[in-house]
This record gives sequence, structure tokens and C-alpha cells, in this order.
Amino acid sequence: MSEYIEHDIGGVSVGMVEKKYFTFAEPPNPMILESSACLGPITIAYETLGTLNKEKSNVILILHALSGDSHVAGYYSEADPKPGWWDIMVGPGKGIDTEKYFVICSNIIGSCMGSTGPSSINPASGNPYGFDFPVVTIGDMVKAQKALLDHLGINKILSVIGGSIGGMQVLEWVVRYPDMVVSAIPLATTTRHSALAIAFNEVARQAIMADPNWNKGKYYGSSKPNLGLALARMVGHVTYLSDEAMRRKFGRRLQNKSDFSFNFDADFQVESYLRYQGQKFVERFDANSFLYITKAADYFDLRRQHGNGSEAEAFAKAQARFLVISFTSDWLYPTYQSRAMVKAMKKNNLDVSFCEIEAEWGHDAFLLPNQRLSALIRGFLGRNFDELN
Amino acid sequence: MSQSEQEQTQPKGLKRFDLQVIASWIKPGSRVLDLGCGEGDLLFYLKQNKGVTGIGIEYRESKVALCIAKGLSVLQGDINEEVLDYQEDTFDYVILSQTLQQVYYPEKLLKSLLAIGRKVIVSFPNFSHWSIRMQVLLTGMAPKNEQLPYEWYNTPNIRVITLKDFRKFTRDQGCKVLKEVAINTHHHNTKGHIVSFLQDWRATYGIFLIGKGDKK
Repeated sequence: MSEYIEHDIGGVSVGMVEKKYFTFAEPPNPMILESSACLGPITIAYETLGTLNKEKSNVILILHALSGDSHVAGYYSEADPKPGWWDIMVGPGKGIDTEKYFVICSNIIGSCMGSTGPSSINPASGNPYGFDFPVVTIGDMVKAQKALLDHLGINKILSVIGGSIGGMQVLEWVVRYPDMVVSAIPLATTTRHSALAIAFNEVARQAIMADPNWNKGKYYGSSKPNLGLALARMVGHVTYLSDEAMRRKFGRRLQNKSDFSFNFDADFQVESYLRYQGQKFVERFDANSFLYITKAADYFDLRRQHGNGSEAEAFAKAQARFLVISFTSDWLYPTYQSRAMVKAMKKNNLDVSFCEIEAEWGHDAFLLPNQRLSALIRGFLGRNFDELN
Repeated sequence: MSQSEQEQTQPKGLKRFDLQVIASWIKPGSRVLDLGCGEGDLLFYLKQNKGVTGIGIEYRESKVALCIAKGLSVLQGDINEEVLDYQEDTFDYVILSQTLQQVYYPEKLLKSLLAIGRKVIVSFPNFSHWSIRMQVLLTGMAPKNEQLPYEWYNTPNIRVITLKDFRKFTRDQGCKVLKEVAINTHHHNTKGHIVSFLQDWRATYGIFLIGKGDKK
């Protein structure tokens, strides 16, 4: 997602932010995971923006997608070339107004961005976990985030917001901790992956695992499976865009040349773009984390986990007010999946708003500047804040 | 129909006269579903002035976005499909204002509305208004007026309804008309009055409050 991060055009920013850490599940009390495996101690990286009000009624929890992190907005230092991943949405006067709300963004377990994951040191061996890291689920990630909120002394969340895999965490939050969540905004997400989405994830995983450097997950301290991870990222990028977006962005234009090379260099701009994105990604992301997080997304199935196979039953425990948003050109999490969750929410008499935003940029549309999206989120949050306070 | 034929004063925030009449029928604190809610004027008014819990359904993305930005609960979708997901008697009132004339299956829709709502409010342009009758009679062409401004070939109004037709429709459907008002509007429908004399001829719109009949 980082390729979209840009400085706010208006120059408005929340300013300096700090990466914080919280460690829990220390021995002898590890966290029991959904797979029955134990994990501990667990560290979570997080970031807070704005000020918690006296009533603790202005908390917004933002949950990130596959390759995101806790750095949602602002800058770590003056020299930072780029702000956090959702700086266009989060800041003073923005869709999620940091003058009004206290924003928490938590990294997920399994990640390589500061929280405990496969690249962390396994206390049992003194070496990185690698493939000894237990498989974690979206439910496990949310349980860990709940521990963070308990640590911060917060028991009411005005709104839980997230897109894509972040949206899955949103849905998990509202059914797992219904008393805590006043409202929720699942963006460009689904209650369960389609076969198509699982298929692309599997292609990406196979690309990593077929890289000889991957070495069954034991590559820390030696050559990394960069080719495999770059290829995985290239596959991902195709699924985040759309036919329309790619036609507009690249068409059949050639990269720095006027004719075909008649070899296998990157002739087309789209080839060059994908190669560049793949190479850039390996600098900041861990291949094993990619495997674990995509697996968690594929396993996520709100119906199976919370509804005995029924989407309507899955939302029976939820109490939150919802704003569900999909995007017209998103073929990874198509609108029919959002409509299915809206239907299930209606059947449970939940207060739900739904809008399918017209956008040509595919699944990634939720990360791009969009005045309509900002206005929707601002209005929805404002109303929930007013009614709670 | 005891209300007199005098110009009604306009409640703050509601431009359309028919919506002013509908708003006056809604009991404070009730649960309302507004079908084809547009930019949410009625819902916003009811929320602010009557403490109503409202939900709107609208198919145009830009209008839905405006509603949600205003703090209303609105779903983007087709009214014929969206009404099917609610449980029986979820709403105190279901409002179908100036949309009936565009519905493909009015019988089916009314049945759905009476299932999910205790009461249903329907408003529609009256096709037996004198100006329409005269146009057909004198020009021999498909009539147009402020309420029905389209040509025959581009009108979304596929149903031609008169007050009499609608009364018969409710009888045939076995539901009860609890209240009925005929209104005559002018100034782009922002002003108007209630018509009690020669309604079929003089009303630009009919507004009906319908309840479930004795037999289902």
C-alpha cells in the first residue's frame, strides 16, 4: 500500500508521532491462539494521535491491511520523506479529525512492523521463529488488540475502522467484543474470502515458498527469498488495481523506449511498474509475515467462526452501528460481498448505512484521496460522537 | 379530511409541501423507513424535530453519500429488493413518496411494505387533475405538467395513477385507508393547500395512510 503514501496536498498534518510498544502474555501466561497453540510474550506496536477526552468517549481504532503498520499518519521525524499510510484521511480537520478524536492504530501480530511475528526472536531458541511461529488468525490479532486497549484503559470505542484485511478485523471486533464497539466502518472488505481471493493469495505464497532462499522459513541471517516475495507482491498489485485503472495508468505504453526490445526486458510500463513495486516491497517486508498474514485472511470466515455457517447469525451478537463501504471497480472484494453483510446486519435489526462509491482504482481505492469517502466517514463519526456524548 | 382549505405554513427545513403533510402524520419517536429518500430532507427533518429513528433507501450514489454525510442512516440499493430483508413490523411507518408511479410491481411492493411496517404512507401525482384531463382532451397528446414534466418516451413514471384508481387498488389489496389527503401544490411544489372539494379534479397529489386490513 505504501506506493500511495504522499504528503497531504493541503500541507495539513497531525505532525510528529511516536511508535510505541506494549508487551503482554509474558510467561507463564501465554496467549492461547485459535489453533490451540500458545504464544508469548507478545509485543504490539501502536501509535496514538489526538487527545483522549475526559469521558474516554472519543476513541477511534484504525486497523491496517496486509502490508500496513501502526504508522497511520504524521511523521516520525522532520527528515521523514513520507507520512503514515492514511495521512490523507487522518489529521486535523480531515475525515478522521485528530482535533476531535483520539486515534489508535495497532499493528497486527504476525507482522514484521514491530509486533511479534515470524521474524521475532523465539524465546525458546534464541533465534527468529521462522516457520516455528504458530499460525495466527484474524481473531487472534483482534484478541491481541483488545489486550492493548485494556492496557490503555479504554473500554468503549467510538468507531473501529479498517479496509481490506483491516476491515476483517473490524468485523471480528464487532462480534467478539460487542459491548465495546459503538460504531464500525468496514471498508472494501468481506466476511470471507472468495475462491478467487484465496487463489491469488496461494499463487503469491507459492512464489515465496518456491524461492530456494526461502529454506522452509529459515532464512534470517542469510540470503532472503527476495525474488519470491517480489513476485508475490506483483501478483498482489494486479488484484488491487482494475482493468480501468491499468488502462489509464499504463495502457500499452512502453517504458523509456520507442520500440520492442525483442528480449525479455521490461518493455511495457506495466511490467516496469510491477517489477519496481516488487523490488521496493522486499526492502520493507518479511516473506514469512506475508505467508502468515495472507493465510489468516484466507482462514477468516465470520459465518463459520461466529454464525454456524449463517451470515445473519454471525452478526446476532453485534450491537454497533455500521457504515459499510465498497467500491465499484473492486473485483477482489466485490460489492456483492458487502451487500451480503449489509443484508445480514439488516436481518438483525442493526443500524446500517451502505454506499458503493464510484471509483475506478480497484480495491486500493480506499487508500486514495476521495472527498466522498472523507465526507461519509466524517458525517458518520460526527453523528455517533454526538449521540454518545 | 377535516382540515380546512387554507395555505399551510412551511415547517422549517422541509421544502416540499407533500413532505410537510407526511411529516405532520408521523408520531414522535417512531421508527421510519423512507423509500427513495433522495437527499434525506424528510428523514433529517423527522430526526431533528420528532426524534424519529429513520432509515432511508436510495439508489443514486451521490444522494446516498449526501445523506450519510448529514448523519443519516441510508442504504444504497433498489427499494424492491432492500425491503425484503427486514423482519415483520420493523417500522412504525414506511414512506413511499412520489415513487409509486415508477414501480414495476406495485402490488408486490405494497405487500412487502405492509409486512415490514405497521403503517404505510404513499404519495403520488394525481393523473386526473383537470389540467391533465384538459390536455388530453384538447391537444390529444400525452399530458405534461409541473408534477409530470416528462415526454412519453423519456418518463420514468410508468404508472398512470389517479386518486380513484388508488382507492380501488387499496380495496382490491384488502388494506385499510386510515387517512387520505388530496393536495394542490404550486411554486415548484414548495407551497400548497389541502383540497377537499372536487379532489379528483383539483389535487396535484394524493397522500394516503394505509394500515393492514383485517384479512391478510
